[in-house]
Order: sequence, then structure tokens, then C-alpha cells
Amino acid sequence: MKVNKIIKFEDGIEILPFGETAILVEFGKGIRPETYSKVKALTEYLDCYSLPGMIEYVSAYSSVTVFYDPSKIRKLQIEGVAAQNQSCYRRLSTLLKGIISKLDVDVAQTPRIVEIPVCYGGDFGPDLSYVAEHNKLTMDKVIEIHASGDYLVYMLGFAPGFPFLGGMSELISTPRRQSPRTSIPPGSVGIAGMQTGVYPIETPGGWQLIGRTPLALFRPADNPPSLLQAGDIIRFIPISAQEYEAYKGGI
Amino acid sequence: MSIKVLTPGLLTSIQDLGRYGYQKFGVIVSGAMDSYSLRLANILVGNAEGEGALEISLMGPSVQMEEDIILAITGGNLSPTIDGKPVPMWRPVYVTKGSILKFGACRAGCRCYLAVAGGYDIPLVMNSASTYLRAGIGGFQGRGLEVGDVLPIKELSEQSLRLLEKLVKKIGLDPFIATAWYIGSRHIPKDPQHVTIRVVEGRQFEYFTAASQKDLLNSPFQVTTQSDRMGYRLSGPTINLVKPLEMISEAVALGTVQVPPDGNPIILLADRQSVGGYPKIAQVATVDVATVAQTKPNGKIWFERISLDQAEELYCAREKTIQELAIAIGFKII
Repeated sequence: MKVNKIIKFEDGIEILPFGETAILVEFGKGIRPETYSKVKALTEYLDCYSLPGMIEYVSAYSSVTVFYDPSKIRKLQIEGVAAQNQSCYRRLSTLLKGIISKLDVDVAQTPRIVEIPVCYGGDFGPDLSYVAEHNKLTMDKVIEIHASGDYLVYMLGFAPGFPFLGGMSELISTPRRQSPRTSIPPGSVGIAGMQTGVYPIETPGGWQLIGRTPLALFRPADNPPSLLQAGDIIRFIPISAQEYEAYKGGI
Repeated sequence: MSIKVLTPGLLTSIQDLGRYGYQKFGVIVSGAMDSYSLRLANILVGNAEGEGALEISLMGPSVQMEEDIILAITGGNLSPTIDGKPVPMWRPVYVTKGSILKFGACRAGCRCYLAVAGGYDIPLVMNSASTYLRAGIGGFQGRGLEVGDVLPIKELSEQSLRLLEKLVKKIGLDPFIATAWYIGSRHIPKDPQHVTIRVVEGRQFEYFTAASQKDLLNSPFQVTTQSDRMGYRLSGPTINLVKPLEMISEAVALGTVQVPPDGNPIILLADRQSVGGYPKIAQVATVDVATVAQTKPNGKIWFERISLDQAEELYCAREKTIQELAIAIGFKII
């Protein structure tokens, strides 16, 4: 990657190539809500206006990657880009530079708040007692702390509809299990280090399981196919086993 | 119309060009490992190039035609036969009801594509026919094929019907008849001793030691048996960072060459996750992803560096070739 291909902004934003079919915009180097608000502002723009030749985008903690079809871009006249013999990357990066310089982070939409009911402990949360012990807390206190936070969905990945969340209290931080479970039921809520998350589909995994939600996070028949979207704020609401069954029964 | 699965083979699943637009929800792209071969298989039978086809890996299935069918087999040579007679690849073949298509030794490449005129009649999930094995969605009931599955086939397109009219006149006592024309050898991937994969530098290329940068481009890497549709795990010289790197997860792409802490590179392929946190040393040129996908476990590959502009030229040239082939095949059929 030649250095002259990278576009750098004064405030640390960088645009760079990612192979010949993608372009990456990095808004910062850390996991911070302020950096993420820029990510969100760009994805909201892309949702509204797209880009010439764009196939889709993937947003992450501090970056947005736009995947494109170079053969489509070559056929297009892009406004404000005179030289048609420029590479697709140059044309798209010029275009993106203009868009980013005009993005207004402050007008980003107010986040959606999504409440996720969780039945903590018991068979649904076999590691709740370990998390309590590890942090020298009672199990009730762990639940209280976990359910009192506002969590920002930075991105979805790892499994369909799986949220990477920020905002967990370090008071309940717990390392991963020594040996991962071979199968974790969908809906399981877990803790791994400073992270918390919900497993949308059955997978193996090493997270400490503290509870389970009756909600389906992955909804392949719906559009969008995920209960959560990047940028949402989620809150965990403790429920009883009876309430869990009632939710499951669709009541 | 339909075909019936008598034996499923090692891993046979319906794939198309992938499920795009949903990676932001953590839904992986899936799709054909060798999309070039998939597209040509479809074009040969008169389908839209992105129609779903069977992806057949290493050990093929046996399937029985429940009606007369037009099919095309492209990609790796897994010794296809119909009622014991070798079937030519890279051309349309008219096959009569009751005949059995089988696959044998893997002679070149390691996966082939079986397209049928009309296409398989399965519900699209998120606009794609691709099987997403881990989530159990798409394709045929969200899984690889099993004994006794019956795959229904859609109505034929006008182009496929014309092909049918031409071939049906020529059928004799044989269970099948192929066209005299076929895709020329210059458009068919070779099966070389040394597979050269062209790459552009990855985002973290400069964070690797000079020795490792050199090793990547000057040493052969072996495709290990832990390779699958998600990625090809390579073994060769250990690839090291200058110093440990704090990485924040971000998007990965088809053909991303990432290096986990053990120093063994992984080439990410069709079933890759949407995001990852390992440093990326290289990015395979899209036109060479199919070549990677056709390399067998234990096969060797070499990386060759090209510029971003070259990768883009190759991409556009490949697209032009496919469009030209589609037009030429269209004329043959008319």
C-alpha cells in the first residue's frame, strides 16, 4: 500500500484501500462513543444516499468499510471527479473525503433504546455464581449491576445478530471459562472480560453465562434480520422464570 | 422437474454469488467458493449467472434425474460420469430421465459446480440461495444435501428452452448428449504444480518484520487440512509482527490474509465472518480467490505481490471476459 494512496484528515480520520473491492474509513484508534458517533453519522449517510457501485458496508467500533464493484464504478460518471482514467479507489476516496468533511455528527439520529428481558441465574445462567465469587459480590448484586447499565451496540458480528456492546461495569468483569462449552443455547447472556453479549444462535463459546433472554436476536425471515442494529442502546430487564416461559409462549 | 440425491458426497450445498447487504447485521456472505465457475455453469445452461448451483467438494454425490434435464458441470475435475460414461465439462449436457450422475477421483481442483437449466427451486433467504451452514438457513433446508433429498427445478428460461430443442433432436441411445461447442481451454483454470496467488499489501503489512514480509512473498505455503469454506489455514515460515499490535475489530474481506498470534496465515473465504481482529498482511486479488478455492488440502501456494491498480485491472478484465463469454454462448444457443 503506497502512502500516497492514504487520505489523512487533520483530526485523525484516514481513508485507505482494502484490496481492489473495498475502501476503509477509520475515524480513530480506540473504542469510544465519540469516535463511534462519526461511524454512525457516515453509515446513516450511506443508508440514505449509498455510493456509486457500492455493494454494502460493514461498520465496526471505529471504522466503516465500503465494498464496491470496480467494474460498475468504471461505467459511471462521478460528479466532481473529472479524470475518468483514475482508479476506482481514487475516485471513491475523493468522493468519500468530500462526504466525510461535510458530515454533521451532531445531527445523528437519537439512538433506539431496546429492552432485553433476561432471566438471570439458575439453569439459564450456570456461571452467575462464579461471576459473583470472582468479583466478591452476591449474585443479586451482579444482576443489579448488569441490569443497570446502558449498553451501546458498537457493531454486529461473530454470529448473525450478535452485538458487540460497550458500557459494562468493570465491577462484574470476569475472564472467559478455562474450557469453552461445545454448545451454548441461543439467547444466552454472557460475560467475557470487560464485554457482555447475547448469543443469537447455538454455537460453541467460552463466555461466562449469567442468564438467558427469550427474545430471538437473529430473525432470518424479517428485514432487517436482526433485533438489534449498530448504534442501538440496550438495557437488560430482569425477569422471572415464569415470565421467561410466558415470553417464549408468545404471551 | 427435479433431481434426487442418492448419496450426498462429502459436502454438497447450494450456493450462489452470496448473500450481500446483511454483513452489517453479522450475517456472513457465504456463496460459491469459486464464483467464476459458478457463473459460467449458469451461463452455459441459459440461467442468470447468479442462480444457485450445487457446490460439490472433493468427494462428489450421486444424483438421479427424475425428468430430462439440461445441466453443466464446471470448476474442478471430479471425474463426473452418467450411467458410467464420462461426461464432458464446461458445456451444456442434455440428460435423460432416470440417468444417474456420479463423481469419482478428484483429478484437478477440488470443487465443481452443477447447474441445471431453470435453476433449483428453493426459497431465497435474504435475497440469496446460498446455504449458510452454521445458521441453518438458505440453500436446501439450510443444510448440505442428504440421502433422499429431492431438489425441485424451476421452469426453463427461453434461452434454456432453445438449448433443449437443439439437443433433444440429437439424442441417440446414450443417456446424455453434450453440445459440440464448449468453453475454450484458455478460459478454463489450469491445475498447475505451483499455484501463484496475486496479492496486494494488507492494511497492517508494514507492522510485520522485514523477514516475514519477504517470507510471505518468497516461500511456498502449504494449505493445511484444517481448511474449509471459512478459510484456508496455511503452514510455512512463521509470520511475525515487529511487536504485538493492539487491534480493534474491523471488517474483513473475501481473500483477506490475516495472521493470528501463532504466525500461520489464514486466507478468508466464502464463509468468513464479517469482522475480525487479527492483523492483515495481504489481500488476495479477487480474480485469484477461485484459484485458492480450487487448491486441495496439502497443496502448495506462492504469493506474488501486485499493485492495487493491477488488481483492479485484472478484476475489470475478468468481468469483461465473462460478459463476452455470455454473449458468445448466447449466439451458440440461438
